[in-house]
Amino acid sequence: MSVADLHLIASSEFFDTLIKTLFLESYNTRLVVLGTAFLGATAGIIGSFLLLRKQSLLGDALSHATLPGIGIAFAVMVALGGSGRNLPGLLLGATITGLLGVLLVLAIRRTTRLKDDAAMGIVLSVFFGLGVAILKMVQEIPGASAAGLDSFIYGKPASMIMSDLIIICVTLLLTIVICLIILKELTLLCFDDSFASTQGYPTTFLDIILMGLVTAVTVVGLQSVGLILIIALLITPPTSARFWTSDLRKMLWLSAFIGGLSGWLGASFSAFFEDLPAGAIIVITAGIIFLISMIFGPTRGVLPRYLRQRQLKRKVGRQHILRSVYEIMEAEQESHPLKNLPISLERLRDHRVWSKGELPRLIRQARSEDHLERQPSGELRLSESGFGEASRITRNHRLWELYLIKHADIAPSHVDRDADMVEHILGAEMVHQLEAELELQEHTLESPHVIENESPSHAG
Amino acid sequence: MTWTEADTGILLVGVLCAMACALPGCFLLLRRMSMMGDAISHAVLPGLAIAFLISHSRASWAMFIGAAIAGILTALFTQWISKFGKVDRGAAMGIVFTTLFAIGLILIKKTADNVDLDAGCVLYGAIEFTPLDQVVLWENESSLLRVPRAALVVGGALLFNALVIGLFYKEFTLASFDPALARTHGFRPMLMHYLLMTMVAITTVASFEAVGSIIVIAMLIVPPATAFLITRNLPLLIGLSLGLAALGAILGHLFSQLIPSLIGLPETTSSGMMATMAGFLFLLVWLLGPQGLLRKSKIEEITEPGLPPKL
Repeated sequence: MSVADLHLIASSEFFDTLIKTLFLESYNTRLVVLGTAFLGATAGIIGSFLLLRKQSLLGDALSHATLPGIGIAFAVMVALGGSGRNLPGLLLGATITGLLGVLLVLAIRRTTRLKDDAAMGIVLSVFFGLGVAILKMVQEIPGASAAGLDSFIYGKPASMIMSDLIIICVTLLLTIVICLIILKELTLLCFDDSFASTQGYPTTFLDIILMGLVTAVTVVGLQSVGLILIIALLITPPTSARFWTSDLRKMLWLSAFIGGLSGWLGASFSAFFEDLPAGAIIVITAGIIFLISMIFGPTRGVLPRYLRQRQLKRKVGRQHILRSVYEIMEAEQESHPLKNLPISLERLRDHRVWSKGELPRLIRQARSEDHLERQPSGELRLSESGFGEASRITRNHRLWELYLIKHADIAPSHVDRDADMVEHILGAEMVHQLEAELELQEHTLESPHVIENESPSHAG
Repeated sequence: MTWTEADTGILLVGVLCAMACALPGCFLLLRRMSMMGDAISHAVLPGLAIAFLISHSRASWAMFIGAAIAGILTALFTQWISKFGKVDRGAAMGIVFTTLFAIGLILIKKTADNVDLDAGCVLYGAIEFTPLDQVVLWENESSLLRVPRAALVVGGALLFNALVIGLFYKEFTLASFDPALARTHGFRPMLMHYLLMTMVAITTVASFEAVGSIIVIAMLIVPPATAFLITRNLPLLIGLSLGLAALGAILGHLFSQLIPSLIGLPETTSSGMMATMAGFLFLLVWLLGPQGLLRKSKIEEITEPGLPPKL
């Protein structure tokens, strides 16, 4: 970015125009901004199905496969005496070879041992190579002006005209209508295609409809964002949306929204940097939205997932240390009910296998949560709330153990480890169910197995 | 058409480049990562632009380092996004390479607009011009041996790939077929993964300047896939891929000279035709090969009853 750009950004005039562009007040850019936004939304919807079908790169193969079609259509139109630059003709050619490429991918996948990635790679590279070879030939046809044919590779949003906008809107509406009609079938296809075919759904036909939609949006997008960057619009918005929700319907709307937003913001910004390729700015905008989604998205985002894992880890650690203390007290006392007496650190250390540094960390955590207190003598003692919590946790553990012994036929000597896996996620309702199942009402439970010291220093 | 010394040069560069790509391509195919070549070859663009920005020259070494770093970063980012974000690897790859490509387009437009460095040149290359830049290998009174400089570069890449695969053949094989077993034997499958990615990046970068990335993408994928339809034996797979790659390159150049003149058009790019011919060879094997569509007997289908359709 040059100094002149920075001045432009700093000036208030820039913000005025930016706001005008964003809110479609400027006539020049209104069309382009609307067009790319609708295109992004369409690609976002169709891309969602591709993503869930784990075939995101099919858009990649398809868009490359349109190139020979453009070249051939040009040559044919020139041969027929036309100018060769007729847009619907070129797009028709692109559609034909694009569809052919996708069908070839499906055919290779079904009739050979080759996997998806290889099938797509073959079609992509061979068709693109063929396309480049054909373009090179037709560009040198005497008397025909093929200049600008390669704008299909990078795209020129600014060249969008009213008829393009109408085509994009029609594609968007058609996509939404088709998706609404066969949403159930497409959902089944995406999540379990084997089940779909056993239930008698025409999976191949559905695949072809999906591919047809992908082809439509790719061909429509060729002219505005170009064949390489339309791939981004098919992949990035759905992947971003996936971080925010696990509900397919919500994901479709969100993906359409993110795609639309990328197109809208990207096209608005690119109105100011006319020398920069607008398609690239749109893609980078989508990339930034993806990055934000990947970090903060509440459903699958990296940060929320990390926090959830940390919380679970704390909970598991708390339950481990409190149950250990409780079990030690039980072993040390003959009398019933149990009295809350202090225990030594050494006993606790030897009671179960702690990973390195785990015990001091858990003791610190338990003390900060007011579950455990250190006596002046250096021994550890449960607080009042800690004692209650510990007896509850131990009881849940034993409930689950009893259930496993009684209903899952697991030997009492093996049940401890199995119970350990599940006890941390036992909810209150589950505990009631277990009690009812086992017909238990006592407040405390005896361990169904001998509690041994697990520490290696005592083993053998 | 007439055969000239230039044609020999183009052929030499094309064949060496195709073989250099086919080698790592075999392992990409086995690891189901064939699209990585496509991703890396698009994503080197910002590396080139930044290298140009820093070195202010089109010096080959700077470009080479920049592009190689960008290529390896593509593999890294893809791995991170699919691992930490739990995203399908194809989608992760698509996001990374399109975004990097977009950044590259903008950087090039901003920094190198007046220089002969454009995205088209990276994608298509200019194999036709490689014979213009010759290096004298050996010279005495009676004879003179000259090769295009590009032949040395892609030959170097071929040698590097052969060396790496030769040295780590066992590790690569195990890491491709059974990463878990490889890990228990202490082979570090991730290390092998990144070594493979480095090979792909270096091959891509070495080739694009001379021949463009179309050949690279095609030769990484198509010859190994063709060989895969013929054999299940890994050494044979590698050998066949090399042969098919070379054959594709030779046919490609021949047809780039022949076909247009047959239909009355000017000559076309060899690189595009080389990719096309590699695809043609695949089509032949697909239809007529040992498991070919046109030769498949009904008995074979009955031997696998009740299997769900291959998806």
